[in-house]
Amino acid sequence: MSNVGLQAEATAASGREEGWNRPRTLTPEGELLEVAMGPHHPSTHGVFRMDVALDGERVIRLKPVFGYLHRNHEKLAEGMAYLASMPFTDRLDYICSLTNNWAYALAVEKLVGQEVPERAQYLRVILAELTRIVNHASSVGFLIQEMGASGTPLMYAFREREKILDLFESLTGARMMCNYMRFGGCRVDASAAWLDATRKVVAGLPRFADEFENLLCTNEILMARCQGIGILRPELAVNAGVTGPLLRASGVNYDIRKVDRYGIYDRFRFRVPLGDHWDVYDRFMVRLLELRESIGILEQALKEIPAGPIMDAKAKLRGFRPKAGEAYGRIEAPKGELGFYLISDGGPNPYRYRVRPPSLINLTILEDMCLGEHLADVVLIFGSVDIVLGEVDR
Amino acid sequence: MAVDEKLKIELGKQGVFVTTLQELYNWGRRSSIWPMQFGLACCAIEMIATTMARYDMARFGAEVFRPSPRQADLMIVSGTVTKKMAPQVVRLYNQMAEPKYVIAMGACAISGGPFKQGYNVLKGIDRYIPVDVHIPGCPPRPEALLHAFITLQKKIDEQHLTGEERPPHLDGGAQGEFPVPEYGEHDLEPPSNPGVWPVPITIR
Repeated sequence: MSNVGLQAEATAASGREEGWNRPRTLTPEGELLEVAMGPHHPSTHGVFRMDVALDGERVIRLKPVFGYLHRNHEKLAEGMAYLASMPFTDRLDYICSLTNNWAYALAVEKLVGQEVPERAQYLRVILAELTRIVNHASSVGFLIQEMGASGTPLMYAFREREKILDLFESLTGARMMCNYMRFGGCRVDASAAWLDATRKVVAGLPRFADEFENLLCTNEILMARCQGIGILRPELAVNAGVTGPLLRASGVNYDIRKVDRYGIYDRFRFRVPLGDHWDVYDRFMVRLLELRESIGILEQALKEIPAGPIMDAKAKLRGFRPKAGEAYGRIEAPKGELGFYLISDGGPNPYRYRVRPPSLINLTILEDMCLGEHLADVVLIFGSVDIVLGEVDR
Repeated sequence: MAVDEKLKIELGKQGVFVTTLQELYNWGRRSSIWPMQFGLACCAIEMIATTMARYDMARFGAEVFRPSPRQADLMIVSGTVTKKMAPQVVRLYNQMAEPKYVIAMGACAISGGPFKQGYNVLKGIDRYIPVDVHIPGCPPRPEALLHAFITLQKKIDEQHLTGEERPPHLDGGAQGEFPVPEYGEHDLEPPSNPGVWPVPITIR
């Protein structure tokens, strides 16, 4: 990446230790107060614990404790056929099951050199962008909920989510756990009626985005709480391997849809929003802007979607045994880079199956963002990372 | 000891409302069940969707999700209970005040679900705490949760204040606390609570 210059510059400007933006002034006077937030805590998006050491109201130390939702996903996948892991990928990041499907399908397609027909590619893009809208709207809603506005913004987000989930349900048969993609295409074809219904929903989305922005962006309390807290410097973000909206809010132009151009993303015109102040408000704004770009991609994809098969005729469905080798497939999931690393030994099961979850790796810099902030802001900073525990612990 | 229905209607016409203490008591409890704000995994998202505008759990008097177990009546175990989380779930249940109810939501909470084969997933929360309603599904639809909720309300309606079948919170001798499992050398100790979940007899 081309931000080496940026890295050196920012380090010099901040006067902080290289690479890690920990302030040096954190020497407490007197005793520290240790607070355990979680695993049952309203702000933790599930089961996650933060052991926070406080000097007054300031955070001196923050130790995340994982593993309350470790469901041995990777180990289970090593014991079953490649296709049998597909429904399990739904349950990784359970808000965006379709992008998980895509990442896994992409990795296996890379492993066996499988082509995907045109129509299936378009369907994948449409579903992935709808998923991104669901995720960004809900994550903004959850963020605001943690600020104390319990319910209302989330209700707006979930209203749109229900519309999109109805589309998922009529196409795939399930609201959340879609299990839709296959190696070399998709499971069922979308009817003309489904595409029309999708066009109708997409036509209503810009209005939702306007409404959401009018409701939230200039809200005084939101600006007071979000601006200037939880600063994540670009050099730290890059060093820690942070991806997704969190990285882009730190001003690093890195979107795998643009970098890898996987699938057919080179055909669509969309912009990558970047943050300027690297704080919680930027992350919130980047998500809202990305939501708008996703609507743009959806409009283009729904206009251009061709007729044709949805499964490659040469795709092997029975006796699926990839040749020995390894592959890493990655996509820009709504939360960041979601990758699957597979090693095949020629058998029906993967020899090694590894998930590169964006949530876990984005969470590793939580302490660095929280140090020196108030305890009340820890909840916000944590919410702005946008994690799902199913993916963190797997 | 219900009041004769005809007499009740006749009195109602005259502006007299007659009920039994039991009915009043059950009515009060079933109409304001406050669930605990407690999400474990995927099902929690559907639980949140149930409280939102489309499904609107508030119609049944259950929109107030309490973050503290001390203020909650209902624990919705929404999602996979891992062996690391199980002691906390039991501890939270112990901290809830009587009367308390449990809905096991989703395949994972009732049996371990798709992750049952794994090494770290508890095969059903009913091994440690008494569950009132089980909902299958992965995840159950919001309608299924509402149905479970209505089932629970019916169950509460049928409870007696006295007699052998009275609920645990009216029974002074009933067990109020449940042993919290701990992570032993290989697995959770004890592997189940025999008072709640009798180990099935295997016939070979």
